[in-house]
Amino acid sequence: MTTAERIEREQETGPGAGPTPVAVPAARATGCPFDPAPALERAHREEPMTRATLWDGSSCWLVTRHQDVREVLGDPRFSADATRPGFPFLTAGARQFASGNPSFIRQDDPEHARLRRMLTADFMVKKVEAMRPEVQRIADDLLDRMTEGRHAADLVAEFALPLPSLVICLLLGVPYGDHEFFQKHSSVLLSLRSTVEEVDLAQKELQDYLCGLAESKRREPDDGIVSRLVARGELDDAAIASMGRLLLVAGHETTANMTALSTLTLLRNPDQLARLRAEPSLIKGAVEELLRYLTIVHNGLPRIADEDVTIGGHTIRAGEGVLCVLNVANRDEEVFPGGAALDVGRDARRHVAFGFGVHQCLGQPLARVELQIALETLLRRLPGLRLDIPFEDVPFRHDMGIYGVHALPVAW
Amino acid sequence: MRVLIDQDKCCGAGSCVLSAPEVFDQREEDGIVLLLDAEPPAALHEAVHEAAAICPAAAITVEQSERV
Ligand code: SF4
Repeated sequence: MTTAERIEREQETGPGAGPTPVAVPAARATGCPFDPAPALERAHREEPMTRATLWDGSSCWLVTRHQDVREVLGDPRFSADATRPGFPFLTAGARQFASGNPSFIRQDDPEHARLRRMLTADFMVKKVEAMRPEVQRIADDLLDRMTEGRHAADLVAEFALPLPSLVICLLLGVPYGDHEFFQKHSSVLLSLRSTVEEVDLAQKELQDYLCGLAESKRREPDDGIVSRLVARGELDDAAIASMGRLLLVAGHETTANMTALSTLTLLRNPDQLARLRAEPSLIKGAVEELLRYLTIVHNGLPRIADEDVTIGGHTIRAGEGVLCVLNVANRDEEVFPGGAALDVGRDARRHVAFGFGVHQCLGQPLARVELQIALETLLRRLPGLRLDIPFEDVPFRHDMGIYGVHALPVAW
Repeated sequence: MRVLIDQDKCCGAGSCVLSAPEVFDQREEDGIVLLLDAEPPAALHEAVHEAAAICPAAAITVEQSERV
């Protein structure tokens, strides 16, 4: 069908009349757990913009081409405001999460820009590059402890998770001693299985904790982000807590899962691993390629159209929801030839693993530095690193909004 | 080549600085893009095009003065 024919048909019958809608979140294959869900890949091959059905029976657009994803996410006519009727949610819990104390990730400009700009200086490239020695020290300390007198450990619990947790706590001015408390709650917020009640509780606990923290920084200021937001005097404690919660949750789960999943991916691609070990200078590009190949935000970024917008030859009507499927877009053959394979020598910088548009991940310079240091240090210090359980037994995070592994038993 | 930036659009994620640090920097106070060289030498053109292509906020425009 040509684009013109398709538009004509849609004008006659409405957008729902195309191929069978894809049910999302879609399950991944039992085959390769690094590949996107087969239903999403099929959609990309057959009808790059198609309809999806959601858990509550509602439907939205599914966008899978790299170019279309960039257009949607880069177009201010698509709103990220989850309070708009018709906004596409992946689960009931996600809807609940979005309804209380939204952070700027779920707001539009100018409010989004006003809030985000209070944080941009903290994550800019220069600032984060200056943190390298500190991040390196943390990575080395963790590996010292993990390897002391032992030859096996869970890489998630002992390295991949504590590294970004320690760094984000340091930046925010959150006592690391409390990390179990907020790790527990942030994983509830990101689980696709959490009930509405569980989300409510986790949300409230984190909010109370961070309001208390803001209060304590008013009495005893330090140079962390929470303290500085308090000192600015522009936000009330609830708004500071929302911002802190976003940074805490984002800072914990994403880099941790990228670190563990990247390690596993390299162990499963020994030629790529050998190449990276032989040429450590490839690390920056390799991290971009791993971000592209793994794209752990794997269920689609939601938006809602403010007015009628034509994307990829389809008209998205005002009020219709859209899910941008980043992991499929990141394997789009038009942009990444041979994209289904990992190639640490590839120029993968155009990937959309951090999203695109004004909401693109604020913490990406920090994530890059953490990943470069974590992987380089791990490969250098543990030349005999190997998986300590059968690959089939690795507990993949099919149930989470951020993909990865729940645990990664390794030996060396 | 002439490079233009729109600081109002910039969301400060810094991808441009990673692609072409000779041409782009970020303002100390708020991380917003700064243009260091509006007419970068030919050796940097590819990096600048890449920076414009990956800028999530479409804050970078490249004007091609002559054909390359
Ligand atoms: S890449 Fe674009 S949005 Fe990001 S800092 Fe540079 S100009 Fe600003």
